[in-house]
Amino acid sequence: MCLGIPARIIEIEGDMARVDFGGVVRDAAVTLIEDPVVGDFVIVHAGFAIQKLDEEEARETLRLFDEIAEAIK
Amino acid sequence: MRYVSEFRDSTVASKLVERINALSPVKANLMEVCGSHTMAIARSGIKGLLPEGVSLVSGPGCPVCVTPTRTVDEAVELARTEGVILTTFGDMIRVPGTSSSLQHEKAAGRDIRVVYSTLDALRIAEENPDRTVVFLAVGFETTSPSIACSVQLAEKKGLDNFLILPAHKVIPPAMEALVACDELKLDGFICPGHVSTIIGSRPYEFIARDHNIPCVITGFEPLDILQGVEMLLKQVRDRKAAVEIQYTRSVRPEGNELAQKRLYEVFEVGDSTWRGIGTIPSSGLDLREEYEKYDATRRFDIKVPESKDPPGCRCGDVLRGIMSPGQCGLFGKTCTPEHPVGPCMVSSEGSCAAAHEYGV
Repeated sequence: MCLGIPARIIEIEGDMARVDFGGVVRDAAVTLIEDPVVGDFVIVHAGFAIQKLDEEEARETLRLFDEIAEAIK
Repeated sequence: MRYVSEFRDSTVASKLVERINALSPVKANLMEVCGSHTMAIARSGIKGLLPEGVSLVSGPGCPVCVTPTRTVDEAVELARTEGVILTTFGDMIRVPGTSSSLQHEKAAGRDIRVVYSTLDALRIAEENPDRTVVFLAVGFETTSPSIACSVQLAEKKGLDNFLILPAHKVIPPAMEALVACDELKLDGFICPGHVSTIIGSRPYEFIARDHNIPCVITGFEPLDILQGVEMLLKQVRDRKAAVEIQYTRSVRPEGNELAQKRLYEVFEVGDSTWRGIGTIPSSGLDLREEYEKYDATRRFDIKVPESKDPPGCRCGDVLRGIMSPGQCGLFGKTCTPEHPVGPCMVSSEGSCAAAHEYGV
């Protein structure tokens, strides 16, 4: 039930945003995150954005995965 | 960056599995606390990739599963009350109570509506000013801040026909209760990614420090889980016990402070009863005095007979990790996803449903 899906904010109006789950667009409340802006990727759970995803951290994890893939070749 | 497909690469997955195997002969009993992890592990077949001696045990991290029968009975009683519209997340509707379920009551004509979000329940309250809308508020720290927001929104809008049946739970005290369980020897916790997105990593520190059990907060994609397992096994090998974050793109040590603020403006910590575990101190959330008027148990005098769990159902033991779903005598026989006896077979994230669907 703690399922959270990454989505991109495409529009904000007051406390609500339109978010894009890779093609499926829905409404989500943005009252639980600081300073939401259009273009942010967020985790959406039960109609609320609960966190902004950190792109730099995501890229760091992927860089580590690349290293792992290369190292044992 | 889509934050999904990048974390499902099969080449990297096989390399991570090689690295995990290279750590053997480390033996470890690791518990994934969260139901979303249970389902992700079953779906991706990760258990079958791990070396002998490394086992993944499912824990009590499915809110639907740990909600006690009494709460279901209370929801059923509320749904039978004149003028009430009972709203709930989808999975709760099929959970059997002592003598009925919300699904049975709906079939009998009660006004029970499945909602995706509490905001939907609020809208129903606005559209039905002459009815009382009760939301069955289950869920962990991932969910409870959104319920808190909805209660505050009801206050702002002056909606006095919106109530909640509070049944929220807090995860770290339940983990401590499991650590104290003699039947379960755990070597590490795969900590929940989205609960931790809200609460951060600090609330687990006492588990590592006082109980010497490694914790790794892990994401939900296959590569996340494999990396989380590797991080835990390294701690076990090195005889370390620390809280580490694998899911760094979503989890910060301090968590989401705004969500925590909202949560504790509306709720305060109280004792709570968990199916299969019993009452755990400080493991639930009660409405604060200034928001008590939104508590359905205060507005209505809900009387239910003594609650009874389904005969033969071993969900309690499954939730404590001391029994696997297949060891229950009802599993796959009288208890199936089509006709579930216990909540672990009902919930889309229940251990029994995962084991039944994926055969693990």
